[in-house]
Amino acid sequence: MTHTAAETPRGPKPQRMTAGRIGLYAFLLVSAVFFLLPFYVMLVTSLKTMPEIQHGSIFALPSKATIEPWIVAWSKACTGANCDGIRVGLLNSFEILVPSVILSIGLGAINGYALSFWRPKAGNIVLTTLLLGAFIPYQVFIYPLVRMLSFVSLYNTLPGIVIVHTIFGLPIMTLLFRNYYEAMPADLFRAGRVDGGGFWTIFFRLILPMSGPILVVALILQVTGIWNDFLFGLIFAGRQHLPMTVQLNNVVNTTMGTKAYNVNMAATILTALVPLVVYFVSGRWFVRGIAAGAVKG
Amino acid sequence: MKPRRLRNVAAQTALIPSWLIVIFAYIGTIAWTIRISFTSSGIFPHYDWVGLKQYDRLFDSHRWVVSVQNLAIFGVIFIVGCLVLGFLLAVFLDQKIRGEGILRTLFLYPYAMSFIVTGLVWQWILNPTLGIEQAMHAWGWSSFSFDWLARGDRAIYLVAFAGIWQSAGLVMAILLAGLRGIDEDLWKAARVDGIPAWRIYLSVVIPMLSGMFVTALVLLGIAVVKVYDLVVAMTGGGPGISTEVPAKFVIDYLFNRQNVALATAAASVMFVAVFVVVGPWLYSQYLRRRPGEAS
Repeated sequence: MTHTAAETPRGPKPQRMTAGRIGLYAFLLVSAVFFLLPFYVMLVTSLKTMPEIQHGSIFALPSKATIEPWIVAWSKACTGANCDGIRVGLLNSFEILVPSVILSIGLGAINGYALSFWRPKAGNIVLTTLLLGAFIPYQVFIYPLVRMLSFVSLYNTLPGIVIVHTIFGLPIMTLLFRNYYEAMPADLFRAGRVDGGGFWTIFFRLILPMSGPILVVALILQVTGIWNDFLFGLIFAGRQHLPMTVQLNNVVNTTMGTKAYNVNMAATILTALVPLVVYFVSGRWFVRGIAAGAVKG
Repeated sequence: MKPRRLRNVAAQTALIPSWLIVIFAYIGTIAWTIRISFTSSGIFPHYDWVGLKQYDRLFDSHRWVVSVQNLAIFGVIFIVGCLVLGFLLAVFLDQKIRGEGILRTLFLYPYAMSFIVTGLVWQWILNPTLGIEQAMHAWGWSSFSFDWLARGDRAIYLVAFAGIWQSAGLVMAILLAGLRGIDEDLWKAARVDGIPAWRIYLSVVIPMLSGMFVTALVLLGIAVVKVYDLVVAMTGGGPGISTEVPAKFVIDYLFNRQNVALATAAASVMFVAVFVVVGPWLYSQYLRRRPGEAS
């Protein structure tokens, strides 16, 4: 959207190093420290021994770095009676993530395509409800959904949590693809119709191959969104499939006895790793995702 | 112009999953939730009718009142904090500075992380004994004391603070895109007329960015109403009930306190409150105008 515009800085013309310029850099520097500090604290804490944590400053570098907390966090940290480490949650999160992302993006793309090019009868009702649904607090939906899913024996199962993520990913995904397809030239679609293409032929042969950019944006939004989810995982995933965020919170906030802060911070970094990698790899695309996410707002 | 109403069977069929979701998962669940809120259900729902009794109980409930108050405090601090910090960061980044790319990346990375991670990090940094306090002692400021996280009257401010750390970058990203869309001539004209830059920002740029501000406001507003994970991770609602929020009230009464009717009454209040605010706005934004321009 603002691809080239964002490349070149605009605004008032810079002056030489005046007092104002120095103040400006000072503010940005302080802000940078503020934003970086928590990550720095996480990292150094995860590399310290517990005695050092108890007697030293949280900002100090470890006097003798140890990776023991990371090993414990990965394979031995306990939630309740289970002491298999945070890796269990990592695996669960991937098991939830992959089908949920594919389903919600697929359904959103088909929705957007059908709503923008085919304009089916009463399509506006679907769109309006989904638009509203993007704003309504999840608490309103949860209890009846629990009952419905248990009625079909899917409550506390992997398919159950995947369905829930698909349901609540649908509004933003539908809007995303619909707006993208609305902006596509209709002639293309008409040409496809003239050639005798049906609904699915046009979608798979014509529209989908041109959806690259929006698929990337959708992927970023859904991967980070679903990975970072806590509420749905807690309620719908069931004990066998608790995602990493829920397991992390259990490790940190329900431990008995002395808290192992170093292990906690190692586990926290591990949980943040997937969305952080997505963020740093995707770069400008992530910002596009935010702009696109704004369609729901 | 797109072909209108090609009544294609395949298109209708493709929408069937969405229809099912809309009818059952959205409309049906809301109706069901509201229905239960008028019953005397405990652990399991039963469908008697007690009128507004649950709502009376809800607003008599100290915990609910505290939750709503906290939501207001959190909401105001979080939204104002994010908007102000985000705006300042965007404006300062827009001054042709060195290292803009790196700084922008730094300011936004917390937004990629979950509220659980955010809450746990700040819980640790603000730890009343081992956190900042001990660090200050180690640096020789031995009388320094910072125990807000353990204080019922202060902890909610820290939750809002952690939220700002996570979300300010979002505002920055949105507003920076807006600032980049402003015509260079504006600055030239201002310089010719000798108007100071801050006045231009205040009386020209901010009104020009009003659409972006609204977008940011709505995104932050949604986050406020939904705030749950941040509180769970950072304070667990404590000390006592001092950082409870409505979203947590509903979940706790549904699953831990087994009072389904009271929980659904609280959820219904949340729904109505959001609907009253969002409904008219959505109508003016999307439905009256030709939809699709909003991207």
